[in-house]
Amino acid sequence: MKKPTRKRPRGFLSSSNGKKAVMAVTGAVMVLFLIGHMLGNLKIFISKDSFNEYAHALRTLLEPLLPYRTLLTIVEIALVLSVVLHMWAAISLSRRARSARPVKYVAKKSQATGYATHIMRFGGLTIALFVVWHLLDLTFGVVNPKGFDSTPADRMIAGFDPSRWWVTLIYLVAVVMVGLHLRHGVWSAFQTLGWANRDRNKALRLSAGLLSAVLVVGFLAPPLAIMFGVVQ
Amino acid sequence: MNLTLRVWRQSGPSDAGRMVTYRVEEVSPDMSFLEMLDVLNERLILEGDDPIAFDHDCREGICGMCGMVINGVAHGEQRATTTCQLHMRHFEDNATITIEPWRAAPFPVVKDLVVDRSAFDRIIQAGGFVSVPAGSAPDAHSVPVRKEDADAAFDAATCIGCGACVAACPNGSASLFTAAKITHLSLLPQGQPERLSRAKAMVDQMDAEGFGGCTNTGECTAVCPKGIPLDTIAQMNTDYLKANAK
Repeated sequence: MKKPTRKRPRGFLSSSNGKKAVMAVTGAVMVLFLIGHMLGNLKIFISKDSFNEYAHALRTLLEPLLPYRTLLTIVEIALVLSVVLHMWAAISLSRRARSARPVKYVAKKSQATGYATHIMRFGGLTIALFVVWHLLDLTFGVVNPKGFDSTPADRMIAGFDPSRWWVTLIYLVAVVMVGLHLRHGVWSAFQTLGWANRDRNKALRLSAGLLSAVLVVGFLAPPLAIMFGVVQ
Repeated sequence: MNLTLRVWRQSGPSDAGRMVTYRVEEVSPDMSFLEMLDVLNERLILEGDDPIAFDHDCREGICGMCGMVINGVAHGEQRATTTCQLHMRHFEDNATITIEPWRAAPFPVVKDLVVDRSAFDRIIQAGGFVSVPAGSAPDAHSVPVRKEDADAAFDAATCIGCGACVAACPNGSASLFTAAKITHLSLLPQGQPERLSRAKAMVDQMDAEGFGGCTNTGECTAVCPKGIPLDTIAQMNTDYLKANAK
């Protein structure tokens, strides 16, 4: 008889369910961040000053109780940690999945509906690459025409200038990818943490789809508005 | 009906294996898929060839022995149907049908379409039982069970352990099987004392066997001949997380 191919997992984090829980929790942290990030972006529609004040407030929040940039730094650390753990769990699970099927099927037909489900790994990789570009563009200003010594609103408006239509295109593709990733990911997180069930499933899937749609629209509104000259 | 079959032939565990094409003629549309293979095998035997090995037992869809990937779908495209209950009338005349064994590292091929599913037995041995004096069947009302729980437990208990979930899963995960077994016991009063230790032991054994992790694609429940719902996996996750929090 064939012996088990792998040792029993030694701890929670080495079990496949443990890794999935890590993905769910870190994913939730990132989704919460995205909601806040989107709401902040929309301030550009009020005015450039409103957007700049919001960016400044992120750094001065809880002052003078805490030093400048304390809260933002905590959020940044939590996000970096979440991204790293999310990626670590994803890579580790895909490696496990690959070794679980060494011989591929000659013919294989998907039976479950859901395009989003099957591009999670590819989508995650695309989003990771986009985040690098995004940080270079609007956070560090390295690839932004206004550079780092400018107000956030100026960087944003210059970044999505009609002449740089391809930047808007990159954002468009990436944000749609985020939407697809979350359409499966948000529901999946509830399922992984055991909060999904027969009665809630429909509502959960619907909410996941709705949240993804809201995020896609909310994130694409500023770049498109700037490119088409609605916001100047 | 006349058919062309492309079948996976592998003489033993160490053989590399390959797809072999056969022509099967005068197939009745009323034959089951396995009967169609029987017809081919009888001819192969008469011709002095090695018949195609495949698992089967009850041939009425309740034992979980039969199972093959037919045209890329575990148990074929007919929903909620085992291979033995799949009839040839669902195929078109002169069709080419591709037949492969379950593909997963923990399910090594024994011969042709037969795979070794002892990994499932070891998952059951790890905790898929209740340690209570069984005796004779108790009176139906001696231990009250909510109707909803009884129904959900029964739905999970209909799992026949055929392994189609593993075969269909892009990750080669055994989550639906393990979850069905965990859910069926964890919803009933008799399963409560060992509820958390059972979940932990069975999930850990599933990992130890080399199955992949669940990414909630739903491919498993789509091909499951018993239609085991995906929320059994949520139940397994709940119990496993609770077991680890203790």
